[in-house]
Amino acid sequence: MMYEVTIAEQLYRVELTRTAEQWKCRLDGRELPLDVVFLQNGALSLLLEGKSYEAKQETVGTETNVVIGHERFGASVRDPRSFRSRLRAGANEQGVKKVTAPMPGKVVRIVAKVGDQVEAGQSVVVIEAMKMQNELKAPKNGVVKKINVAEGAAVEAGQSLAEVE
Amino acid sequence: MFKKVLIANRGEIAVRVIRACREMGIASVAIFSDIDRGALHVTQADEAYLVGPAAARESYLNIAKILEVARRCRAEAIHPGYGFLSENAAFARACAEAGVKFIGPPPSAMELMGSKTRARTAMQEAGVPMVPGSAKGLSLAEAEEMAVKVGFPVMIKAAAGGGGKGMRLVKTPAEMKSGFETAQSEALRSFNDGEIYVEKYIEDPRHIEIQVLGDEHGNVIYLGERECSVQRRHQKVIEEAPSPIVDEDMRQRMGAVAVQAAKSAGYTNAGTIEFLVDAKHNFYFLEMNTRLQVEHPVTELVTGLDLVHLQMRIACGEKLPFRQEDVTFRGHAIECRIYAEDPDNNFFPSPGKITSLLRPSGPGVREDSGVYQDWKVPLDYDPMLSKLIIHAADRPSAIARMRRALDEYFVGGIKTNLSLFRRILEHPDFVAGRIDTGFLDRLLTAHAAAPDPANGLAEIAAVCAALFAATAQSTNGINDVSKSGSGRSPGVSAWKRVARTEGVRDE
Repeated sequence: MMYEVTIAEQLYRVELTRTAEQWKCRLDGRELPLDVVFLQNGALSLLLEGKSYEAKQETVGTETNVVIGHERFGASVRDPRSFRSRLRAGANEQGVKKVTAPMPGKVVRIVAKVGDQVEAGQSVVVIEAMKMQNELKAPKNGVVKKINVAEGAAVEAGQSLAEVE
Repeated sequence: MFKKVLIANRGEIAVRVIRACREMGIASVAIFSDIDRGALHVTQADEAYLVGPAAARESYLNIAKILEVARRCRAEAIHPGYGFLSENAAFARACAEAGVKFIGPPPSAMELMGSKTRARTAMQEAGVPMVPGSAKGLSLAEAEEMAVKVGFPVMIKAAAGGGGKGMRLVKTPAEMKSGFETAQSEALRSFNDGEIYVEKYIEDPRHIEIQVLGDEHGNVIYLGERECSVQRRHQKVIEEAPSPIVDEDMRQRMGAVAVQAAKSAGYTNAGTIEFLVDAKHNFYFLEMNTRLQVEHPVTELVTGLDLVHLQMRIACGEKLPFRQEDVTFRGHAIECRIYAEDPDNNFFPSPGKITSLLRPSGPGVREDSGVYQDWKVPLDYDPMLSKLIIHAADRPSAIARMRRALDEYFVGGIKTNLSLFRRILEHPDFVAGRIDTGFLDRLLTAHAAAPDPANGLAEIAAVCAALFAATAQSTNGINDVSKSGSGRSPGVSAWKRVARTEGVRDE
């Protein structure tokens, strides 16, 4: 299986094959003699030419980070054969953009109305969590097409709160 | 000693007090809100009672309900922790009326220290050094006169102020009039009180505080200082003891002033006097916190004392079991406050389920935590998850040990500020002890301009990311199905599901 991993705008092609007990790995065509063990808590231990790495996966909402020691890497992984990945790659600034909740919280105020003209960065919804209020802003210039929540509603991370077209 | 104590709090401090109770043979009683049924403090206590819904004012701040629980379970005393009702004099009075001992100072001392201008007046009378300025309301003309007397820059403050509202920094006489008027109108709008006073502005002060302990027989001692200058929006992030700039002479002078301040307020039990310290190491009274502090463990580690045990003994009427000259300090302690917030995204709070939790251990490591793996951190309360506290022989080894412990610490599923501590602990100014209350803001601004460079580990991270993706796929069946899940009925093919959630829009 081939994965395209982007870290800090650098693309890595990682080809993984699962054999009976181990993983075979080619990184950008280069063979890497990996020794991988998955640990408790979703961490993985990787031995590579005697060096030991413990990697953890941090998934919060829609974001995934790989943590090795105290270093943290924002990684986006794409399986180039997947239909969805191709669709996503083709997405751009056109069309509808969602205002999503970056974390769970309660909607304390809805600033924009359906039909309002908004500019990118303009506040649309305010949610509160842990005694802090956060303004969620329009992702692009456009018209508010939809407001999906009411004041006082509890929302989950990643939930679409409004749409701007 | 008490047989049973109710802890009117939640999170790590409730767990901390429960631990002390267990060590002292005291039965512990937890209270909890609806959302906290599965919280650590509930499972650790000997007894636990529901006090209301998630909203704090209906549960952890519900005085009548908490006292009813105390009566029903026959608790002899209440430990308020910090935050919530800990500095609420009305609660302390209500406890006394209900015949339950409040583990803390008398309500009169809480009231005195709770009022900015009253505390200022009382402390001035007690000979405690204050930031030069006026203790009472001023007219514009009087304010101008005062500013000239103490020297520019000055801070114009609303007597009723708080949270940075009604405050103006004035650097030159020409700005005085407009600064005064803006502060006054803001104060009128926000607090319906236009009383204004003027203080000399201390540039880039340090925040250093003295722990005091008083028994109910008139004995008050101090337990050294804590350096708390690493702050963001007046919220402490790292604390340490001793302070890198306080020598024995300065410690004794600050300690004597703190003891004097506590005595003049009729203070008992554990409390903290906060000082601002200027570049010339002059110190000025800022305020008194009439409760156990979040950062009390650094004092415990360098003195070898247990402050919660001592609080219980004092509240029982015991005399302090040692004198000032018996208090000694050993080594260096640092505390990092672990918050559920995202340092890379404007410190957005990040409640939610902790999917993975790896904790540091080994020599010199203490963790006071209120969470566990698979628990969902509620969005209704303060974002502090845990405190990581390190003790070592001296400051450089404490910094090295804290870095090591942070490398071992991992929280998955929610964002935390763990990565921020690494940046602080490696900063040359922090390492050299050159810190003031503006240090962290400067570090954050500089970091935003020049983030960490990529390094050689990126390839390894890429391989790991692919491995995580590959294994996620084999367990979930399909990679990353959208959470909205509108087309998630069984029997619908993954392709159709993808088409519905991603390809087709419902205009």
